[in-house]
Amino acid sequence: MIEFKHVFKEYDNKVIAANDFTITIKQGEFVYVVGPSGAGKSTFIKMMYREEIPTSGQIKINEFELEKIKNKEIPFLRRELGVVFQDFKLLPKLTVFENVAYALQVIEKSPEKVKERVERVLELVGLADKTDVFPNELSGGEQQRIAIARAIANKPRILIADEPTGNLDPGTANDIMEIIERINKKGTTVVMATHNSSIVNERKHRVIEIDDGRVIRDQKRGGYKDESNNL
Amino acid sequence: MKAITFKGHLVESFKSLKRNGWMSVAAFSAVTVTLLLVGVLLSIIMNVNKIASDIENDVQVRVLIDRGTTSQQRKVLKKNLSELDSIHSIKFSSKEQELKNVVGSYGNEFKLFGGDDNPLNDVYVVKTKKPSQTVTVAKKARTMKHVYDAKYGGASAKKLFRIVDGIQKWGIGISLLLLFVAVFLISNTIKITILSRRNEISIMRLVGATNSFIRWPFILEGAWTGLFGAILPIIVVDIGYVWVHGILSASLASTGYRLLSPGVFLVQIDILMILIGILIGAIGSGLSMRRFLRI
Repeated sequence: MIEFKHVFKEYDNKVIAANDFTITIKQGEFVYVVGPSGAGKSTFIKMMYREEIPTSGQIKINEFELEKIKNKEIPFLRRELGVVFQDFKLLPKLTVFENVAYALQVIEKSPEKVKERVERVLELVGLADKTDVFPNELSGGEQQRIAIARAIANKPRILIADEPTGNLDPGTANDIMEIIERINKKGTTVVMATHNSSIVNERKHRVIEIDDGRVIRDQKRGGYKDESNNL
Repeated sequence: MKAITFKGHLVESFKSLKRNGWMSVAAFSAVTVTLLLVGVLLSIIMNVNKIASDIENDVQVRVLIDRGTTSQQRKVLKKNLSELDSIHSIKFSSKEQELKNVVGSYGNEFKLFGGDDNPLNDVYVVKTKKPSQTVTVAKKARTMKHVYDAKYGGASAKKLFRIVDGIQKWGIGISLLLLFVAVFLISNTIKITILSRRNEISIMRLVGATNSFIRWPFILEGAWTGLFGAILPIIVVDIGYVWVHGILSASLASTGYRLLSPGVFLVQIDILMILIGILIGAIGSGLSMRRFLRI
């Protein structure tokens, strides 16, 4: 469950990235967050995992009320969320296995549990045979699949994806979407920022459109026409 | 923290040391240079302190007894002396014994003054608990009956005390300064290695690692750096000390003063260098982490 109530965010340079966001996303929903670059999509996403702090308003992520959260509780909030980025954000010096295992070691799972779970999620994303390979030896699509495997390794209730297909060719992007939809079908909430209109239009889900820091549309099974970028 | 987690950190910190190649070498070098300076300086300071305290302990008041003093009167004088504050020991040395000392030091010509021609006095050699107390003891002794004079080395003793005091204060001061510089140097080197891993830290935070979970491998890595960085200084200081000890001992032999012998002293210095290395490595690492863990 994600709840935004009258959330404002103004940056130091006076740019308003969130102007009165009031949004509720129920458990198990799949939501696209669309809009042109600089509209406020990333700010919206970052506020969920407390990378950005709103200027005012209330945000609730599961049972965490972010306006009341203490710094030392933030790691525990982040354990409830899996986050996937456009640039994958993998640790280059760790192998595929170690990258995924890290998310589990952080929460002090036993080595046996870590091994079992890592193998399972790597199988889910179709990379079970690449455990000992380093990220830079893999293609962009494969790296993103590892990032997804890491994000879901500790079974988060919410998966946040910030332009997960941004760096990928259409075929690979499709594979990634297959995986993300499969995860959503198992009950995980998915919030995905994108301006890839073909994905939004082909795989219909709820669409929240942001422009100039405002929510201008919230549609149940919406489409999207990206004027700036005809992908 | 679970034991398994700590073990994980230990293994991880060691691996990371290997993976960071040249950055680790840079940090090693900083520790090595610093510990080398610390090791050499410590050896010097500890030896100066030892010789200084040997000299200090040699300082004594020589109470010259009036000629013709009876042994009864001498006993009274000894009793009076022993009642003074801060007396450590009082030893009697007859004028014959004194003459022997003079002959021993200056040559057989002085044997002429043997027997009744002996111009020397019987002496009470008084040692005080602290060298600085000799001045007061000498002054008080002079006012006593049957005392011809009381000598304590006068101006030269005062000067000696000042020098010893100076060396000890400066030695401690320089050591502290050097350790401060070391922590600074290492913390800066490690800061550079951490800077190059900023991305790594931000990812760790992203997947929900607590600050202490992130910090531990870095602190342990700093400790490894300190430990490995101590190896070369230990070898250099050990070999160097044995060599210098050999040379200096020969020239110091005639003075009666001795340097600290290598055996136990080097073991102590080695352990100290390892501990200092580990400590400054870990502290330096911990300090440079702080900035990256602020939320």
